[in-house]
Amino acid sequence: MTSIVLLSVLGIANLFLGFLRSNRILLPAALVILLLAFGANVLDWGAAPQSYFNNMLTIDNYSVAFTGIVVLTTLLLLPFSEKYVHDGEANLAEYYSLLLFALVGAIMMVSYDNMLMLFVGIEILSISMYVLAGSDKRNVRSNEAALKYFLMGSFATGILLFGIALVYGATGTFQLTQIGAGVANPANASFMPMLYIGMLLMFIGIGFKVSAAPFHYWTPDVYEGTPTFFTAFMSTVVKTAGFAAFLKLLLFAFSTAQSFWVPTIMAMTVLTLLIGNVGAVAQSSAKRMLAYSSISHAGYLFIGLVALNGKLSENGIFFYSLAYSIATVASFAVLKLVIDQRQREDYDGLNGLAKTNPLLAFVLTVAMLSLAGIPLTGGFFGKFFLFGAAVDKGYIGLVVFAVVMSMVGIYYYLRPVIAMYMRPAADEAATTPIVVSGFQSAVLVILALLTILLGVLPGIASSLL
Amino acid sequence: MLTAVLLFFPLAAALLLHFFKGGTARVVAFGAALLEFVLAVVVAVASKSSAATQFAIDQPWIASSGIRFHIGLDGLSLLLVLLTTFLVPLIILASFRHDYKNASAFYALILFMQTGLIGVFVSLDAFLFYFFWEVALIPIYFIAGVWGGERRVQVTFKFFLYTIIGSLFMLAAFVYLYFQTGVNGAERSSDLLAFYNLSLSAAQQSWLFWLIFIAFAVKMPIFPFHTWQPDTYTESPAPATMLLSGIMLKMGIYGTLRWLLPVVPLGVSQWSKLVMILAVIGIIYGAIIAIRQRDLKRLIAYSSFSHVGLMAAGVFSLTQIGLQGAVIQMLAHGVNAVGMFFVADAIERRTGTREISDLGGLTRHTPVLSVTFLVMLLSTVALPLTAGFVGEFLLLAGVYEYNAWLGAAAGLTIIFAAVYLLRMFQRVMLGPDTSLTATFRDLTGAELAVLAPLIVLVFWIGLFPNTFLHISEPSIIQLLDIVKR
Repeated sequence: MTSIVLLSVLGIANLFLGFLRSNRILLPAALVILLLAFGANVLDWGAAPQSYFNNMLTIDNYSVAFTGIVVLTTLLLLPFSEKYVHDGEANLAEYYSLLLFALVGAIMMVSYDNMLMLFVGIEILSISMYVLAGSDKRNVRSNEAALKYFLMGSFATGILLFGIALVYGATGTFQLTQIGAGVANPANASFMPMLYIGMLLMFIGIGFKVSAAPFHYWTPDVYEGTPTFFTAFMSTVVKTAGFAAFLKLLLFAFSTAQSFWVPTIMAMTVLTLLIGNVGAVAQSSAKRMLAYSSISHAGYLFIGLVALNGKLSENGIFFYSLAYSIATVASFAVLKLVIDQRQREDYDGLNGLAKTNPLLAFVLTVAMLSLAGIPLTGGFFGKFFLFGAAVDKGYIGLVVFAVVMSMVGIYYYLRPVIAMYMRPAADEAATTPIVVSGFQSAVLVILALLTILLGVLPGIASSLL
Repeated sequence: MLTAVLLFFPLAAALLLHFFKGGTARVVAFGAALLEFVLAVVVAVASKSSAATQFAIDQPWIASSGIRFHIGLDGLSLLLVLLTTFLVPLIILASFRHDYKNASAFYALILFMQTGLIGVFVSLDAFLFYFFWEVALIPIYFIAGVWGGERRVQVTFKFFLYTIIGSLFMLAAFVYLYFQTGVNGAERSSDLLAFYNLSLSAAQQSWLFWLIFIAFAVKMPIFPFHTWQPDTYTESPAPATMLLSGIMLKMGIYGTLRWLLPVVPLGVSQWSKLVMILAVIGIIYGAIIAIRQRDLKRLIAYSSFSHVGLMAAGVFSLTQIGLQGAVIQMLAHGVNAVGMFFVADAIERRTGTREISDLGGLTRHTPVLSVTFLVMLLSTVALPLTAGFVGEFLLLAGVYEYNAWLGAAAGLTIIFAAVYLLRMFQRVMLGPDTSLTATFRDLTGAELAVLAPLIVLVFWIGLFPNTFLHISEPSIIQLLDIVKR
């Protein structure tokens, strides 16, 4: 709870820093705020569950763990926001503040106990993201991304709200656990159709936010147009929070209606995996590939939902989100440096990077191997735990399909690696090293080490919950 | 404790290598690899000859899941660890003549791979085994992909996809077995012994066999999973080719011995005939293609493919003599292949070509080279007194015991090998000079330093095979007990 208060209050305070006309202090200030929030969050670990706002919000180990992921991700991502520091016209303080507010929304999404709190959380997160998607004001693509994201997103939010209303109609409550009791109650049998429709609409709403197929159409365009820094935030924090919220919903509210939603979610899983992976193969832009890859990872995370295997699922989704977030931050960070300084988003822009910037190439390689799920990296154990939970529940066919899809994944994740290590630089401009500050290098090293640490000693994060 | 040191010392050396550059990195890497070999010998001397696992370490790896960091050595593992640690310093030494760009990364990757290889040979937990299995793959992919020949990008990509997809099947089987260990409410475990003690139905074993087998079949490779191999061997830089053929190929055979035969014995007995036939097809097919090759390195690659078929056939004969033959042949083939590829590399470096038709008359300029080449070659052809003879003789005896017709067909490998290798020798070493070979220099001292230990081993295995057979015998007998119970 302290982390929500801290981030909200200091987020507003950060806004006032904008008046100082000194953009240099903004990044350190934001980092300090995040560190404070992270520290406050860690202090909540292991304490007895604490409810706030008339039991609308509960801080327990589950929420602390996922809050940890989103705050850590933002913290590790922030050092790569520097391009804007040199852009005199950008309202930098606002961007940082919006980012902090988005984080508040994400934290509410992982700790909600009441549908309204879920809705408020999603809205805080989404509205901040709509603005940030368009933050590159003079870039048409960025404007397009913001508008697209906003139009589609608000539509999805409407559907979500409608779903919440129907669920309320069927069970008479917004509280998660009471909905769960209502669903299980045989006296409510006549309301089941309404409940099912409500559930479906909610799945659509949240499915949109986590870019699950068939509600993924906005993703590639929005990811491509949005400034890379915020794309990274979108594909990590938003996704983690979305899945944590989804899992909570299924675990506490709808766990007794499995016979209805398992086929639904299963269909979404298969579609998401297929579209994400096959779509990624066809891309020639690394950034777009990562957009499709983020769709495919939503598919893998869905497997944890389908299995809904108590602790196995919770831990699996936690570990996967953590490994995925770290690897994604690393890949976007490297990609952003390359895009900003080489003005190229395609794979060829990465050619010869291993010669000019061995560190960047190494970090991106580790990240790609992790996303591909190759051992020695956290991504492997993420998949391992999720697939294990599904096998345990007997979803062998689904796991086989997912494994085949991750074979496809190996193909497109290796392409940047091949470009960096095995192809010569595309042109003269690409033979000058990319400028990376010492701080950024340090963060990149941390990202790579964390990924490898998770891949070698997965025990440190695999049974926290 | 010793096993852990053996396992992680190369990794530590690889990390340390970051602080050295160029020539120094090379020397440091060689020193580290040599030290590792000494360490392995110390372990070998300290070990007892028995089927029991020695120097074991058993620690929880992933909390509360029954997946453990369990490593240890028995006779079979020990031999392969010895082979690995023996060959790696030689492979590093063999590369001294080349000036690889970014040398510290190059040698760090070789040492890193050594950790993966040793890990494969000492792991006693299925997931740990799989983990090291892939750890060994990643560095070799980069070595071959970054420092390889012209077509390296496509070729290594294919190699990587093939092997990783093959091993994913194995992983799927392991996950299934892991959950099977917990069906009766028991603690789940991925330990080797837990897998051995599973009672699986014949139907389960039947499909599990293929899942696991594909991973090993791709690695060895067995016909028809071999299509990545000739290209990869040809396009890789010489040290990578030596690592691939000398050591990595043995991962497949070793995996079959440890993780396939005893785990799904019913599946093995159901399918062994088919696998034997595939292996024999591979022997003949590889040999026939080898006869037609014009490229020196490619010819040796196909020869390696042909010979590995015989090893696989010996393993699936499920006879003690066949299995022991496979073990000794793993050592012999490791030595032979590294020696052959090294000579091919020495020739290519001097003349700039691998085309057999461009070469000729080397004997007159290079008595030392041609003698050493001949020794390696005759050992590959399985001439008595050499390492290859012992291995192939035992293997053929095993296959013959299984089925006389298959034994006869597999026996063709020796005849064919004589045909393509002696013909190659004749055209490269004898005959008139060509413009490229007229100014050929003989082996230098450093090159001889690579070949001398190999030659010593060729005769050692050839004359006193019991030194090695003795080490692996208890393990093999125990293995057959488990398979046949």
